[in-house]
Amino acid sequence: MTSNIVEIDNLSFGYNGRVLHKGINMAFPKGKVVAIMGGSGSGKTTLLRLIGGQVKPTKGEVRVNGQVVHEQSRDGIYQLRRSMGMLFQHGALFTDLSVFDNVAFPMRELTDLPESMIRDLVLLKLNAVGLRGAYKFMPTELSGGMARRVALARAVALDPSIIMYDEPFAGLDPISMGVICGLIRSLNDALGATSIIVSHDVKETFLIADYVYFVANGEVAAEGTPEDLMQSTLPFVHQFVHGEKDGPVPFHYAAPDYRAQLLG
Amino acid sequence: MINIIVNMVSRLLRGIGSRMIARVWRLGAGTRLFMLAIVYSGESFRRFHLTLREVYFTGVMSLLIIIVSAFFVGMVLALQGYNTLQKYGSSEAIGVLVALALVRELGPVVTALLFAGRAGTAITAEIGLMKTTEQLSAMEMMAVNPIARVVAPRFWAGVISMPILAALFSMVGVLGGYLVAVPLIGVDDGAFWSQMQANVDVRADIINGVIKSVVFGVACTMIALFEGFDAPPTAEGVSHATTRTVVISSLTVLGLDFVLTSFMLVV
Amino acid sequence: MDRTKIDLWVGVFVALGAAALLGLAMKVGNLTSSKIGDTYSVSASFENIGGLKPNAPVKSAGVVVGRVADISFDSKTYEAVVTIKIDKRYQFPKDTFANIYTAGLLGEQYIGLEAGGEDDVLKTGDKISQTQDAIVLEKMISQFLYNKASETDKEKSAAPATSEPAKEKSTELGDAPF
Repeated sequence: MTSNIVEIDNLSFGYNGRVLHKGINMAFPKGKVVAIMGGSGSGKTTLLRLIGGQVKPTKGEVRVNGQVVHEQSRDGIYQLRRSMGMLFQHGALFTDLSVFDNVAFPMRELTDLPESMIRDLVLLKLNAVGLRGAYKFMPTELSGGMARRVALARAVALDPSIIMYDEPFAGLDPISMGVICGLIRSLNDALGATSIIVSHDVKETFLIADYVYFVANGEVAAEGTPEDLMQSTLPFVHQFVHGEKDGPVPFHYAAPDYRAQLLG
Repeated sequence: MINIIVNMVSRLLRGIGSRMIARVWRLGAGTRLFMLAIVYSGESFRRFHLTLREVYFTGVMSLLIIIVSAFFVGMVLALQGYNTLQKYGSSEAIGVLVALALVRELGPVVTALLFAGRAGTAITAEIGLMKTTEQLSAMEMMAVNPIARVVAPRFWAGVISMPILAALFSMVGVLGGYLVAVPLIGVDDGAFWSQMQANVDVRADIINGVIKSVVFGVACTMIALFEGFDAPPTAEGVSHATTRTVVISSLTVLGLDFVLTSFMLVV
Repeated sequence: MDRTKIDLWVGVFVALGAAALLGLAMKVGNLTSSKIGDTYSVSASFENIGGLKPNAPVKSAGVVVGRVADISFDSKTYEAVVTIKIDKRYQFPKDTFANIYTAGLLGEQYIGLEAGGEDDVLKTGDKISQTQDAIVLEKMISQFLYNKASETDKEKSAAPATSEPAKEKSTELGDAPF
């Protein structure tokens, strides 16, 4: 159990009277790529925020490196976050800074490294995502895929031991998707880090994930290796993995009787 | 029948109540942000270039609008003042009128109103968009405090910029008034300045004007920052927040101006 | 936006602001003229000071020689005691006359000193005994109306002498510009 770098224990969360999670248990072993999958609005992104300590659980706890996140002081949470990197859904690059300055941002803010070393490190990180040549660009001059890669370089700027990805594949063309896909796996293995991917893109996620959790209705509906889940006979998993339009998740949103409403 | 009336009244009261609570809540949240900005402002001074950068965007970029408006305000004041003063045979007092109006009231107030429209909206929109595009969240996840890194430098930049802009406004306004009064209307050059100097007091008028502009600087910048920070993360939310910045800033400035003026006249 | 350019512009901005403040203080305000060096203070009693305020100028022959330091009320004599500070460079005889004048018709009030002829000069703590009160506009108007009224009464008996009092009052307006 000690090899689990992040553990989620009987976690419940909700706000404004809406319950999002009902007793979730998850474990993220060191060095693995673990995916959290589920439909839109199933609270996947909120799980990442809970791990990062941006929101507090209503019940249960999240442990990072054995420390309970929501019991930490502000400084303690900041200390934990220094070992995390996060890739936001749309990159969340700082639009007023150049590509170079974006990647240099965490180094400049959190370390006392001399500028010459920062320069070398930034170019190293940019080279890893293949964008060393684009260091002068502003974020608005980048394509979606390139912006995502710059954000990835920024997320791993301080060699984190946990890297979180929020929908890393959303809205990308197939080539960029493949590039990001490869990068996630290679960066994880190169840094010896743990990656947590939140996604609903089955094909890409299954390609790189070691273990997958399915979240539905605030609970872990299924878990296992990608191979297991492909064979799964659970109706929900089957529907999700094979992208069927009707199943346990109905095509129709709950509505009164069609005939009655039309004639009514 | 009675029931309906009771229902209506209670609904009305509930509406007033909930709106009131929302207002008070926002006021509290704004004050909290203000306190946090002060508490976390160490970095804005340790790494002063962060603040300088914001002075550039709020102060330097507002120079043009401030100078041009001040010039016209000064000229109009002189024209209008001359028109009235001349009826009492004291057109030399035009210098006093222009200078006092500018230094005591128009300098700080109009500068603050223009500042709210020019720099305040820019701050709100920028921070609102940073929130919408998750830049603030990203910063937080990087263990960088957005209040120390984003809010505090902008706050201090606004507080520094406002008195400078107001002083410029007053000075340029006086020059505009001079141009209309002396070369155009033909008021005596010496009388224009000497009357002004005899009646404008450094402490009671000029220093008080500076104090006003500092207070307005705090209020306008803080409102702009809070609205940006509090904006719902949608395009509509940011646009509403920007509008609110202008409306609330303007009302606050005018209200504060009355309070400050009454204090200054009493003391 | 590179940093040196920002630094330059912000420098220009701050310098402009400092220049504007200095200009306001020097050219618009009275920082230069209000500088009175060493002073000595004397007091004067008035029955009515009108709208005289602390820090009002004290002038002699139109030159500012001092400022009003303090105004208080003497409950024994029921008079206003005005303390004024006069620049040490200017000496005034003991029998100097202190008047309260109004700058212009509705302007602010100031104290005018008219030098007497004695050899002894005023020193700190001295009291100016010869004073003239402020002109209160309401009083003047009522007086004027009273005179007008009596004028019409007397018109039948002694017409030529009646305009005298009104004329005398109007000269008391001092340097009113009409």
